[in-house]
Amino acid sequence: MEFSQETKQKFQEILSHYPVKTAAVLPAVHLAQEEFGYVSEEIIEYLAKFMDMSPVFLKNTVSFYTMFKGKETGKYLIQVCHTLSCSLMGAGNIIDYIKEKLNIDVWETTPDKKFTLVKVECLGSCGTAPVMQINDDYYENLTEEKIDEILSRLS
Amino acid sequence: MKILLKNIEEPDYTGSIQDYRRKGGYTAVSKAIKEMTPEEIVEEVKKSGIRGRGGAGFPTGVKWGFIPKNTDKPIYLICNADEGEPGTFKDRIIIERDPHLLLEGIIITSYAIKSHQAYLYIRGEFVYGANRLNSAIREAAEAGYIGKDILGSGYNLDVQIHRGAGGYICGEETALLESLEGKRGWPRIKPPFPAAEGAFRCPTIVNNVETLANIPFIINNGGESYAEIGVKNSTGTKLFCLSGHINKPGIYEFPLGISLRSLIYEHGGGIKNNNKLKGVIPGGSSMPVLASDEIDVSMDFDSLANIGSALGSAGVIVMDETVDMVDVSLNVAKFYAHESCGQCTPCREGMPWMRDIISRIKDGKGKKEDIDTLLDITYNVEGKTICPFGEAGAWPIRAFVNKFREDFEKHIN
Repeated sequence: MEFSQETKQKFQEILSHYPVKTAAVLPAVHLAQEEFGYVSEEIIEYLAKFMDMSPVFLKNTVSFYTMFKGKETGKYLIQVCHTLSCSLMGAGNIIDYIKEKLNIDVWETTPDKKFTLVKVECLGSCGTAPVMQINDDYYENLTEEKIDEILSRLS
Repeated sequence: MKILLKNIEEPDYTGSIQDYRRKGGYTAVSKAIKEMTPEEIVEEVKKSGIRGRGGAGFPTGVKWGFIPKNTDKPIYLICNADEGEPGTFKDRIIIERDPHLLLEGIIITSYAIKSHQAYLYIRGEFVYGANRLNSAIREAAEAGYIGKDILGSGYNLDVQIHRGAGGYICGEETALLESLEGKRGWPRIKPPFPAAEGAFRCPTIVNNVETLANIPFIINNGGESYAEIGVKNSTGTKLFCLSGHINKPGIYEFPLGISLRSLIYEHGGGIKNNNKLKGVIPGGSSMPVLASDEIDVSMDFDSLANIGSALGSAGVIVMDETVDMVDVSLNVAKFYAHESCGQCTPCREGMPWMRDIISRIKDGKGKKEDIDTLLDITYNVEGKTICPFGEAGAWPIRAFVNKFREDFEKHIN
């Protein structure tokens, strides 16, 4: 496994904005996740070599952050917020509805590898609760009908 | 009186640089760089009395003044866009809908603290916001407001977006610095404060998005006119975030000092389903809840502190009479148990203990002494950790227990 030429160039550009190389760790791990889909041990080893850093340093950092995925997830990662405002506005029902609809539990992936369902903490969109994020996009003011419509649009 | 939502509330406003300039944007940068010295800008911001909008409320101009004079090290500005305090969603609206207002604040502030490198640390989940800011930075650079020799002044500034990757604690300024440096978001012991030794061990100012977005107004109109808005010790307008059981949730901008009752009943349209109010958190989930008879309070730093709560991030979470405060406190305790960075023992252990005890009470397995044990834990976490996360988790739980003890007792008896 290796970064594409384009990603390598992107990384060099990012690096030029920082006085020390370690500052480019989070951007580099984001690039890796975008390119490979997740950040496994093997990918961390590659990144360590690529950045000429200790793999332990990288692992120590990567394991701290909830957005870095250690393994492959479904094509669509459904992240439902269950913090206070969303919870008051029915996030629990939303999670139950998706579980039933996709016939999976939280932290599970559908057999066709299309959807993975997870619960996340506050997404910073409390005024339009309940809220979920699917991959990069936010979906707000959720209802069961809206979920039907959103999930049917994703192929 | 609108400073921050003035443009956004215009129906056709797109947030492009053309729109922003049409509304008088980037005049403050010209004024600051061409007509004012950095010291004069710091003075003006001190005069404005503006206090940090991220939650702690420290006077912004005073913070800027802490940068050591004649330092030979580079100075950094960091815009804290790691908005994550539950109940808070105000920075996102500025980022997504008026990004140039924020950039103008960043440019002026960088010039004032003599920084040539600004980092905009944005929470990883705000992918759209980060993309929006990146294109705004390109627009501003093309127009000559960012980059080399800004407006022919010889002043250089680079602005770089730095995405977080999930972790509430990274909104704490020293955790943010660690995260920026590529490490786990573990808060640092202070002193040294970031102004003396921050990013890459160099003098650094960390300011919240909303704070920085106020700076163009202060430069255009003068610190004194800003200080006339609001109340004593809490000047200017504030973005209030209404969420929970309220008819009109959303972002509202008012001068500091508006009453919480008026925010909820006049502007927020009152409680959903005509229910009665049970409690309201005035400043994000870290701040102590107020009971329904405490809402005739002025929403400003001092007044809320005087009744044992705090303005925090002004994330106002409204809860109606159907709510069981045991459920609410369990939700809050779970959040803090999940988000504790694990560095300090009282927090790493205390937060899960609180979560587990409340969970036990909710399941009907609580013992009578559990309620006092909960209170005891809050006192053993508060003040015993490196960063204010300890208080952020302990204060709300203590307030839920003290103000709604009968909800807890119901599950035990």
